Amino acid sequence: MASSIRVRAILNGEIAEVQTLIQHPMDTGLVKDAKGELIPAHYIQQLTFVHKDKTVFLADWGTAVSKDPYVKFAFKGAAKGDELKVSWVDNKGATDSLTATIQ
Amino acid sequence: MTASFGPLANRRLLLKGAGLVALIGLGNAVLHAAPAFAATNDNKYPEDAFRQKNATDAIKALYGRDHEASDKIKLDAPEIAENGGVVPIAVTTTLPDVTSIAFIVAENPNALAASYKIPEGTVPAVANRLKMAKTSSVIALVESGGKLYSATKEVKVTVGGCGG
Repeated sequence: MASSIRVRAILNGEIAEVQTLIQHPMDTGLVKDAKGELIPAHYIQQLTFVHKDKTVFLADWGTAVSKDPYVKFAFKGAAKGDELKVSWVDNKGATDSLTATIQ
Repeated sequence: MTASFGPLANRRLLLKGAGLVALIGLGNAVLHAAPAFAATNDNKYPEDAFRQKNATDAIKALYGRDHEASDKIKLDAPEIAENGGVVPIAVTTTLPDVTSIAFIVAENPNALAASYKIPEGTVPAVANRLKMAKTSSVIALVESGGKLYSATKEVKVTVGGCGG
Protein backbone atom coordinates (compact mmCIF):
# COMPACT_ATOMS: atom_id res chain seq x y z
CA MET A 1 0.00 0.00 0.00
CA ALA A 2 1.27 3.39 -0.84
CA SER A 3 2.16 5.57 2.12
CA SER A 4 -0.41 8.05 3.38
CA ILE A 5 2.39 10.61 3.64
CA ARG A 6 3.88 12.73 0.90
CA VAL A 7 6.81 14.96 1.78
CA ARG A 8 8.85 17.44 -0.18
CA ALA A 9 11.91 18.67 1.68
CA ILE A 10 14.06 21.07 -0.28
CA LEU A 11 17.21 22.75 0.92
CA ASN A 12 17.35 26.44 0.15
CA GLY A 13 20.59 27.91 1.40
CA GLU A 14 20.86 26.80 5.02
CA ILE A 15 17.14 26.30 5.47
CA ALA A 16 15.26 23.13 4.59
CA GLU A 17 11.68 23.82 3.58
CA VAL A 18 9.35 20.92 4.27
CA GLN A 19 5.90 20.52 2.75
CA THR A 20 3.78 17.59 3.82
CA LEU A 21 0.49 16.22 2.60
CA ILE A 22 -1.21 13.33 4.37
CA GLN A 23 -4.21 11.28 3.31
CA HIS A 24 -6.54 11.11 6.28
CA PRO A 25 -10.32 11.65 6.71
CA MET A 26 -9.91 13.96 9.75
CA ASP A 27 -13.51 13.23 10.79
CA THR A 28 -14.70 15.64 13.49
CA GLY A 29 -17.28 13.36 15.08
CA LEU A 30 -19.92 16.07 14.49
CA VAL A 31 -20.97 15.14 10.96
CA LYS A 32 -23.78 12.70 10.18
CA ASP A 33 -23.68 10.18 7.35
CA ALA A 34 -26.47 9.57 4.80
CA LYS A 35 -28.43 7.48 7.36
CA GLY A 36 -28.32 10.29 9.88
CA GLU A 37 -25.82 8.53 12.12
CA LEU A 38 -22.83 10.38 13.48
CA ILE A 39 -19.53 9.52 11.85
CA PRO A 40 -17.17 8.89 14.80
CA ALA A 41 -14.24 11.24 15.27
CA HIS A 42 -11.17 10.01 13.43
CA TYR A 43 -8.29 12.43 13.20
CA ILE A 44 -4.51 12.67 13.41
CA GLN A 45 -3.38 13.90 16.81
CA GLN A 46 0.36 14.12 16.42
CA LEU A 47 2.69 14.50 13.49
CA THR A 48 6.42 14.37 14.17
CA PHE A 49 9.45 15.23 12.07
CA VAL A 50 12.82 13.85 13.16
CA HIS A 51 16.14 14.87 11.63
CA LYS A 52 19.31 13.22 12.92
CA ASP A 53 17.60 11.98 16.10
CA LYS A 54 16.29 15.46 16.90
CA THR A 55 12.63 16.37 16.68
CA VAL A 56 12.59 19.43 14.45
CA PHE A 57 8.82 19.92 14.33
CA LEU A 58 5.86 18.51 16.24
CA ALA A 59 2.25 19.14 15.33
CA ASP A 60 -0.60 18.59 17.78
CA TRP A 61 -3.83 18.53 15.82
CA GLY A 62 -7.49 18.68 16.71
CA THR A 63 -10.49 17.92 14.54
CA ALA A 64 -10.39 21.39 12.94
CA VAL A 65 -7.46 20.50 10.72
CA SER A 66 -8.77 19.98 7.19
CA LYS A 67 -9.25 16.58 5.60
CA ASP A 68 -6.06 15.34 3.91
CA PRO A 69 -3.94 17.73 6.01
CA TYR A 70 -1.24 19.96 4.61
CA VAL A 71 1.47 21.58 6.66
CA LYS A 72 4.59 23.53 5.82
CA PHE A 73 7.55 24.46 8.01
CA ALA A 74 11.30 25.04 7.68
CA PHE A 75 14.35 24.27 9.77
CA LYS A 76 18.08 24.91 9.83
CA GLY A 77 21.00 22.50 10.08
CA ALA A 78 20.13 20.06 7.32
CA ALA A 79 22.27 19.01 4.36
CA LYS A 80 21.31 17.63 0.99
CA GLY A 81 20.76 13.88 1.18
CA ASP A 82 19.90 13.91 4.91
CA GLU A 83 17.00 11.79 6.03
CA LEU A 84 13.87 13.26 7.56
CA LYS A 85 11.58 10.83 9.34
CA VAL A 86 7.90 11.74 9.34
CA SER A 87 5.33 9.90 11.43
CA TRP A 88 1.78 10.40 12.60
CA VAL A 89 -0.58 8.81 15.11
CA ASP A 90 -4.35 9.29 15.13
CA ASN A 91 -6.99 9.13 17.87
CA LYS A 92 -7.66 5.45 17.07
CA GLY A 93 -4.00 4.58 17.55
CA ALA A 94 -3.29 4.07 13.85
CA THR A 95 0.10 5.24 12.66
CA ASP A 96 2.11 5.68 9.52
CA SER A 97 5.63 6.85 8.84
CA LEU A 98 7.92 7.71 5.99
CA THR A 99 11.56 8.61 5.62
CA ALA A 100 12.12 11.39 3.13
CA THR A 101 15.40 12.60 1.70
CA ILE A 102 16.23 16.29 1.77
CA GLN A 103 16.82 17.51 -1.77
CA MET B 1 17.04 -27.96 -3.28
CA THR B 2 19.84 -27.39 -0.82
CA ALA B 3 21.16 -24.62 -3.00
CA SER B 4 17.91 -22.68 -2.68
CA PHE B 5 18.04 -22.81 1.13
CA GLY B 6 21.19 -20.77 1.25
CA PRO B 7 19.84 -17.51 -0.16
CA LEU B 8 16.56 -17.96 1.72
CA ALA B 9 18.30 -18.31 5.05
CA ASN B 10 20.41 -15.33 4.20
CA ARG B 11 17.39 -13.33 3.34
CA ARG B 12 15.76 -14.21 6.63
CA LEU B 13 18.88 -13.22 8.51
CA LEU B 14 18.93 -9.98 6.61
CA LEU B 15 15.32 -9.25 7.50
CA LYS B 16 15.96 -10.03 11.13
CA GLY B 17 18.98 -7.77 11.05
CA ALA B 18 17.01 -4.98 9.46
CA GLY B 19 14.31 -5.30 12.11
CA LEU B 20 16.89 -5.10 14.84
CA VAL B 21 18.52 -2.05 13.33
CA ALA B 22 15.11 -0.39 13.01
CA LEU B 23 14.37 -1.10 16.66
CA ILE B 24 17.71 0.26 17.81
CA GLY B 25 17.18 3.30 15.60
CA LEU B 26 13.79 3.93 17.13
CA GLY B 27 15.18 3.63 20.63
CA ASN B 28 17.81 6.19 19.83
CA ALA B 29 15.30 8.58 18.34
CA VAL B 30 13.15 8.41 21.45
CA LEU B 31 16.09 8.84 23.80
CA HIS B 32 17.49 11.79 21.91
CA ALA B 33 14.16 13.46 21.31
CA ALA B 34 13.42 13.62 25.02
CA PRO B 35 16.12 16.14 26.04
CA ALA B 36 15.35 18.27 23.00
CA PHE B 37 11.88 18.78 24.38
CA ALA B 38 12.83 19.28 27.99
CA ALA B 39 13.09 23.02 27.37
CA THR B 40 9.62 23.30 25.84
CA ASN B 41 7.67 21.11 28.24
CA ASP B 42 7.04 17.60 26.98
CA ASN B 43 5.61 16.35 23.73
CA LYS B 44 2.44 14.91 25.21
CA TYR B 45 -0.73 15.50 23.22
CA PRO B 46 -2.66 18.36 24.92
CA GLU B 47 -5.98 16.47 25.01
CA ASP B 48 -7.56 18.80 27.54
CA ALA B 49 -6.84 21.97 25.55
CA PHE B 50 -8.38 20.47 22.41
CA ARG B 51 -11.53 19.55 24.33
CA GLN B 52 -12.26 23.13 25.45
CA LYS B 53 -15.19 24.86 23.73
CA ASN B 54 -14.16 28.51 23.74
CA ALA B 55 -10.94 30.31 22.94
CA THR B 56 -10.24 31.61 26.46
CA ASP B 57 -10.49 28.18 28.06
CA ALA B 58 -8.44 26.55 25.30
CA ILE B 59 -5.64 29.10 25.66
CA LYS B 60 -5.71 28.71 29.42
CA ALA B 61 -5.52 24.91 29.14
CA LEU B 62 -2.72 25.02 26.57
CA TYR B 63 -0.52 27.78 27.99
CA GLY B 64 -1.92 28.73 31.36
CA ARG B 65 -1.25 32.41 30.78
CA ASP B 66 -2.61 35.53 29.11
CA HIS B 67 -1.58 36.70 25.68
CA GLU B 68 -0.94 40.17 24.33
CA ALA B 69 -1.30 41.37 20.75
CA SER B 70 1.94 41.77 18.84
CA ASP B 71 2.60 43.47 15.50
CA LYS B 72 5.60 41.18 15.07
CA ILE B 73 3.27 38.33 14.13
CA LYS B 74 1.99 38.17 10.57
CA LEU B 75 -1.17 36.11 10.26
CA ASP B 76 -2.05 35.20 6.70
CA ALA B 77 -5.67 34.20 6.22
CA PRO B 78 -8.24 35.00 3.52
CA GLU B 79 -10.77 37.83 4.10
CA ILE B 80 -13.48 35.54 2.79
CA ALA B 81 -13.30 31.76 2.73
CA GLU B 82 -15.66 30.24 0.19
CA ASN B 83 -15.15 26.76 1.56
CA GLY B 84 -14.97 26.59 5.35
CA GLY B 85 -13.69 23.03 5.08
CA VAL B 86 -10.34 24.13 3.71
CA VAL B 87 -9.10 27.53 4.83
CA PRO B 88 -5.40 28.15 4.19
CA ILE B 89 -3.90 29.89 7.21
CA ALA B 90 -0.25 30.72 7.79
CA VAL B 91 1.75 32.59 10.38
CA THR B 92 5.25 34.02 10.42
CA THR B 93 6.89 36.04 13.16
CA THR B 94 10.01 38.06 13.82
CA LEU B 95 9.74 37.44 17.56
CA PRO B 96 12.86 35.80 19.04
CA ASP B 97 13.16 32.44 20.84
CA VAL B 98 9.86 31.04 19.63
CA THR B 99 8.99 27.71 21.25
CA SER B 100 5.47 27.13 19.97
CA ILE B 101 2.78 28.39 17.62
CA ALA B 102 -0.94 27.62 17.90
CA PHE B 103 -4.09 28.39 15.92
CA ILE B 104 -7.47 29.14 17.46
CA VAL B 105 -10.73 29.39 15.52
CA ALA B 106 -12.92 31.13 18.10
CA GLU B 107 -16.33 30.09 16.75
CA ASN B 108 -15.54 26.43 16.10
CA PRO B 109 -17.17 23.80 18.35
CA ASN B 110 -13.70 23.32 19.84
CA ALA B 111 -11.68 26.49 19.58
CA LEU B 112 -8.14 25.08 19.45
CA ALA B 113 -7.34 23.87 15.94
CA ALA B 114 -3.64 23.10 15.95
CA SER B 115 -0.56 23.61 18.08
CA TYR B 116 3.02 23.32 16.87
CA LYS B 117 6.22 22.89 18.88
CA ILE B 118 9.09 24.89 17.43
CA PRO B 119 12.41 23.53 18.71
CA GLU B 120 15.57 25.61 18.45
CA GLY B 121 16.78 25.71 14.85
CA THR B 122 13.28 25.54 13.39
CA VAL B 123 11.98 28.64 11.63
CA PRO B 124 9.06 30.25 13.52
CA ALA B 125 6.60 29.95 10.66
CA VAL B 126 3.83 27.48 9.90
CA ALA B 127 1.32 27.11 7.09
CA ASN B 128 -1.65 24.77 7.33
CA ARG B 129 -5.28 24.33 6.30
CA LEU B 130 -8.06 24.50 8.84
CA LYS B 131 -11.81 23.91 8.99
CA MET B 132 -14.06 26.79 9.99
CA ALA B 133 -17.67 26.15 10.99
CA LYS B 134 -18.69 29.75 10.35
CA THR B 135 -17.40 33.32 10.21
CA SER B 136 -14.97 33.67 13.07
CA SER B 137 -11.90 35.37 14.33
CA VAL B 138 -8.74 33.33 13.90
CA ILE B 139 -6.08 33.80 16.55
CA ALA B 140 -2.44 32.89 16.01
CA LEU B 141 -0.59 32.43 19.28
CA VAL B 142 3.18 32.62 19.46
CA GLU B 143 5.10 31.63 22.56
CA SER B 144 8.33 33.63 22.58
CA GLY B 145 10.88 33.89 25.36
CA GLY B 146 8.38 32.50 27.87
CA LYS B 147 5.67 35.02 26.97
CA LEU B 148 2.56 34.59 24.87
CA TYR B 149 1.77 36.90 21.95
CA SER B 150 -1.08 36.88 19.48
CA ALA B 151 -2.42 38.17 16.18
CA THR B 152 -6.09 38.05 15.27
CA LYS B 153 -7.93 38.19 11.98
CA GLU B 154 -11.59 37.92 11.08
CA VAL B 155 -12.35 35.40 8.34
CA LYS B 156 -15.79 35.41 6.70
CA VAL B 157 -17.04 31.96 5.82
CA THR B 158 -19.71 31.57 3.14
CA VAL B 159 -20.08 27.77 3.37
CA GLY B 160 -19.25 26.21 6.75
CA GLY B 161 -16.73 23.42 7.13
CA CYS B 162 -18.86 21.08 9.19
CA GLY B 163 -21.12 19.82 6.44
CA GLY B 164 -18.50 17.25 5.47
